Amino acid sequence: MEKTWNNKAWFLVLPVLVLVAFSAVIPLMTVVNYSVQDTFGNNVFFWAGTEWFEELLHSDRFWEAMTRNLIFSFIILAIEVPLGIFIALNMPKKGWGVPVCLVLMALPLLIPWNVVGTIWQVFGRNDIGLLGYYVNAVGIDYNYVQDPFDAWVTIIVMDVWHWTSLVVLLCYAGLVSIPDAFYQAAKIDGASRWAVFRYIQLPKMQRVLLIAVLLRFMDSFMIYTEPFVVTGGGPGNSTTFLSIDLVKTALGQFDLGPAAAMSLVYFLIVLLLSWVFYTVMTNYDAER
Amino acid sequence: MLELRNVTKAVGAVEHIRDVSLTLQHGSLNVLLGPTLSGKTSLMRLMAGLDVPTSGSVWFDGHDVTGTPVQKRKIAMVYQQFINYPAMTVYENIASPLRVAGVEQAKIDSQVREAAALLKLTPYLDRTPLNLSGGQQQRTALARAIVKNASLVLLDEPLANLDYKLREELRAELPRIFAAAGTIFVYATTEPHEALLLGGNTATLSEGRITQFGPTIDVFRKPVDLVTARTFADPPLNTIVLAKKGPDFLLEGGVKLPVPAELVSIADGNYTIGFQPHHLSLERPNDLAVPVRAKVTITEITGSESFVHLDFADARWVMLTHGIRDFETDQVVDVFIDPRHIMVFDEHGRAVTAAKLAA
Amino acid sequence: MARIDVNHVRHSYLPNPQKDADFALREVHHTFEDGGAYALLGPSGCGKTTLLNIISGLLHPSHGQLLFNGRDVTNLSTQERNIAQVFQFPVIYDTMTVYDNLAFPLRNRGVPEADVDRKVRETLDMIDLASWAKKKARGLTADQKQKISLGRGLVRSDVNAILFDEPLTVIDPHMKWVLRSQLKQLHRRFGYTMVYVTHDQTEALTFADQVVVMYDGGIVQIGTPAELFERPRHTFVGYFIGSPGMNVMPVAIDGKTATLGSQRIELPGAPKAGSGAIELGIRPEYVRLGRDGMTVQVSKVEDLGRHKVVRAKLEGRDIAAVIGEDEAVPAEPKVRFDPAGINIYADSWLVEMARVEMGA
Repeated sequence: MEKTWNNKAWFLVLPVLVLVAFSAVIPLMTVVNYSVQDTFGNNVFFWAGTEWFEELLHSDRFWEAMTRNLIFSFIILAIEVPLGIFIALNMPKKGWGVPVCLVLMALPLLIPWNVVGTIWQVFGRNDIGLLGYYVNAVGIDYNYVQDPFDAWVTIIVMDVWHWTSLVVLLCYAGLVSIPDAFYQAAKIDGASRWAVFRYIQLPKMQRVLLIAVLLRFMDSFMIYTEPFVVTGGGPGNSTTFLSIDLVKTALGQFDLGPAAAMSLVYFLIVLLLSWVFYTVMTNYDAER
Repeated sequence: MLELRNVTKAVGAVEHIRDVSLTLQHGSLNVLLGPTLSGKTSLMRLMAGLDVPTSGSVWFDGHDVTGTPVQKRKIAMVYQQFINYPAMTVYENIASPLRVAGVEQAKIDSQVREAAALLKLTPYLDRTPLNLSGGQQQRTALARAIVKNASLVLLDEPLANLDYKLREELRAELPRIFAAAGTIFVYATTEPHEALLLGGNTATLSEGRITQFGPTIDVFRKPVDLVTARTFADPPLNTIVLAKKGPDFLLEGGVKLPVPAELVSIADGNYTIGFQPHHLSLERPNDLAVPVRAKVTITEITGSESFVHLDFADARWVMLTHGIRDFETDQVVDVFIDPRHIMVFDEHGRAVTAAKLAA
Repeated sequence: MARIDVNHVRHSYLPNPQKDADFALREVHHTFEDGGAYALLGPSGCGKTTLLNIISGLLHPSHGQLLFNGRDVTNLSTQERNIAQVFQFPVIYDTMTVYDNLAFPLRNRGVPEADVDRKVRETLDMIDLASWAKKKARGLTADQKQKISLGRGLVRSDVNAILFDEPLTVIDPHMKWVLRSQLKQLHRRFGYTMVYVTHDQTEALTFADQVVVMYDGGIVQIGTPAELFERPRHTFVGYFIGSPGMNVMPVAIDGKTATLGSQRIELPGAPKAGSGAIELGIRPEYVRLGRDGMTVQVSKVEDLGRHKVVRAKLEGRDIAAVIGEDEAVPAEPKVRFDPAGINIYADSWLVEMARVEMGA
């Protein structure tokens, strides 16, 4: 039986379709178009086929940037998730402390990316920066402009500072939804603090944790603004992530073709990994 | 008149509602009775228009409303949870659907006060719901549903979160309130006792299917099949599979249970016999009754009645008897089955009745 | 197993309780005997859950003392008290199997694995879940989950008491019967001290040997189901237990006769003249509907399947009577009160009455 409401629904989602077309599909198609052509400007294009893709996949620069990205995301997750859980577990569950903690936690999340970058760029400088100056004053040789290791530490600490709150807030939401009876039953069963965490809190946080991991992975994998502001990808190429490399290629060298190919590959990687996470999450749901 | 015609609702491969046809009249009270997950809430969502059936249609007063969303129908719902606007007074809570509908102030006032009086909320009109007891909160939700002047009021286990005694009081009042409102009421519950107290009509649900629909007491007394009889029994229905031979059902130990006179002509073979716990007795109720020897597993005493749990062959029965009868576990007792009160079901679980034999 | 003495326990959730109304639990002084099955019955807010949590140690009472087998446990934690508790909503460890759920309390206490295995298997048999041992607990139905919650208490052979906090709330009516009778069987077989909190009279009466009726933070009556039914000490007990509750009507007493409006009712004895408002209480089960007695106006007959409840007016007051499934209301209905069911109350409390056995 054909029903009118069905067609009406299509009509109603039309504005969204148009919007998505303009904001995502058309730009994406443009990128696809560029990725298979070569240009020297003046709107003159030559067919290049899969040349840029082949070049890209054989380029050390791309793979190095990619490796940096993966390492960065891995470190970020390895620090932020346990730290976030730890903080969430120790936040008050009732009383005046709750709103105070929540506001404190939300603060870093409200600061724009480039401002975060600027803050840390200044903060870490060893001439005028509060952090850089005192770290050097106690005898540690720290200079993120020259030392790749220091640059990494700075960016990671900055990201942890900026984004751990997100993990905290998500975990906290999961934790407060656990009924008191669970803790009482655990007490009666003689469970240790660790057992309570392992068998009550962690299982109840599992779903929010998956969301947290997904969000933090995608965000960290696409990181651009903060390292660009702080280190500009340096020293050398030590903090040049895919996104920074992409912008350098596209805008710096104006190699539109290779840059387009690169963004497509980048896009596909993010899409693939998000899909993997999504599948894991829905499987987990189905299992329940 | 609300009509469901061959309504099926599937989510993925799972059918929540299977081929339900149901006609509900204006001014009627209709109970949906079934265990958790039998489809009561799913069916109500279809009636309300919150969900659209996978196949089949929903009609209201002769109009197909299958795709009409809930906002465009005149429907009120009351849930198990007490849902009120926490920041508004009871008065404003009750008035809220009228304000939305743009009813004039004087009329709002009179309707709110009328509903409040009906639900005994008049002294609490200035309070906010959080300062009320659970019973009063649910009365507020009920009052709001009633002033809305909805053509269909759906109540999804509205008393489940209330104390036993409060439940009893509201239950006694509800039929009166419903009768005064004159709309179609649909009331979902898991408790057979509640259906009987409310009266009206009852539809029994099992696994997404309506097994029977009719006046409540008829469904209780004359279930069309074993599933319905089981759904509508609290304490659980006693059953046993017996072979019929000639005028008797054969019980263990050579005891013969006479087949009810009107059913004597049914074919010999195996039948499931069902009877209510209060139709088992310790004293012989009449000459037809036959004794069987059963073993007591446990006795529960309420002060005025005793529930004696019995093992007979591989069947587990409950006997409800007046007064205090305490038995030891494993004690053997003679109990009487009254053939006038047995229900007979064939191998497909369908009730065998005199009316069906005549047809 | 243990005897539990609750000595003059009072509890308030307020920091500085002053008057009686500040106390959620006014004063409870009672002994729960070793191996007894008790129910704490009352409406919400009567203090029954507060009392249960004080026994389990989840709450520390503002005043008073708690003894297990004569030993003061008032300041001991829940773990140290060694009790088991089943909550309103099933508490299970989602990620574990049924087996591991039951083993959890033992493993936490460092019991050797061989003993764990033996105890868990025994318990699985007790709660009829042996064939589910390897299943993940999260896929189970509500009643099975509730059995696991109970099982986690039963595995510990040394528990002092098993406490229940409205354990059948989320269970379907049919399964309630099964669970309740299994619980009662477990009690009979193993003699646990059990305390069961509920607002549902059927659950309380069928489960317990002794029912503690609570109202407004205090105990109103403690008695067997039969005592509560036949001789409610307070009109609240009469109202709260029984369905419908007891009929209560104001009367004037003169010797062995009560006067209700223009009706005179013979009493089974002469009540010891109490002062204050005198009321007669009679349960609907003892109101006999027939062709002789006091005239009533029947307003409604509720057919509940196994019996009918007749709602009527007697001398302008509401009265309920219970009649049998096959009985009908006569054309000119009249009622008589069965003397065995008559109780007299002064200011809502039962008045002693020297009962003369009638017809004996």
